[in-house]
Amino acid sequence: MKDTTLVVAGLLTLSAGTFAFRFSGPVLRQRLAFPPWANSLLEAAAVVLLAALVATTALTEGHGFAGPARPAGVLAGGVLAWRKAPFLVVVLAAAAVTAVLRLLGVP
Amino acid sequence: MGSVFRINSMRSIYRTIAGGTLRDIALACLAVWFIGLSYGAIAVASGFPLWVPAAQSVLVLAGASEFLFIGIVAAGGNPIAAALAGLLVNARHLPYGLALPDVTGPGRGWRRLLGSHVMNDESVVFALAQEDLPRQRAAYWACGLGVLLCWPAGAVLGALIGSMITNTGAFGLDAMFPAVILALVVPALRDRVTARAALIGAVVALATTPFLPAGLPVLLALAGVLGIVTRKRATR
Repeated sequence: MKDTTLVVAGLLTLSAGTFAFRFSGPVLRQRLAFPPWANSLLEAAAVVLLAALVATTALTEGHGFAGPARPAGVLAGGVLAWRKAPFLVVVLAAAAVTAVLRLLGVP
Repeated sequence: MGSVFRINSMRSIYRTIAGGTLRDIALACLAVWFIGLSYGAIAVASGFPLWVPAAQSVLVLAGASEFLFIGIVAAGGNPIAAALAGLLVNARHLPYGLALPDVTGPGRGWRRLLGSHVMNDESVVFALAQEDLPRQRAAYWACGLGVLLCWPAGAVLGALIGSMITNTGAFGLDAMFPAVILALVVPALRDRVTARAALIGAVVALATTPFLPAGLPVLLALAGVLGIVTRKRATR
């Protein structure tokens, strides 16, 4: 590691900034009175963010395609979740499908 | 944090949410612990001393941004620039806070501070999946505190074990995080309007990932919500 002081500064910047993001959402929400339709819209926005997070973490690595094994596993989990399989089954199936595909040589 | 208070609040968490949900939260935390193992191992393998992943895992408590920070600095990047890139990844916590009901519960001081700090993808998605506010609060705190324990514990152990376990890909562990989040948003996606917005958002995020810095594509996914807004306007 090169410059400890600089690394500490970066670490503290990331920590403080992340906390500011986490803290300001609830504060803003309490200060501003949102009408009911805006509340449901905000909740939909959280679902949209989470779905985009699923899509990007399942399909991409860095700026490129992650390879088919991981999205195949996540897709298998998604199908099981849609059919109301238990959470445990969904998550373990996703990992298992991905692991088996990798064992077979799929990246 | 007084231990009496902690015991009481854990007891009330246990009473409020069903055993099944608590078991699901435990599994999600276990997955976080595994990812923490690989994070600590990768950090040490990249030349960082143990205290860097240890301090980050407690103070930042947001996995993707920590991986990014380690990666950029290890590749020779400036730590401040790496911190800014990590902040871009973590900016989604602001809209999370706007979307959540008052999950931290009454009380201002440390409880509000800790409640903000334990906001992460998992605690948010578990809270949103509950039906009423008491359950949302209980799930949020249980998952948030669980991640606060498991992520640093995994990171430190991973850093100690070192490079033995960098190959988490072989066990498909990298598929667990998206599967955890997906399993929990599926019920919300049964609503057609939300599903369409989510689909548009996911396509926008995927299409922009090759060109934009990490974190920005997920924020741009919020464009999917515009579809709902224009629909609402039209029906009024």
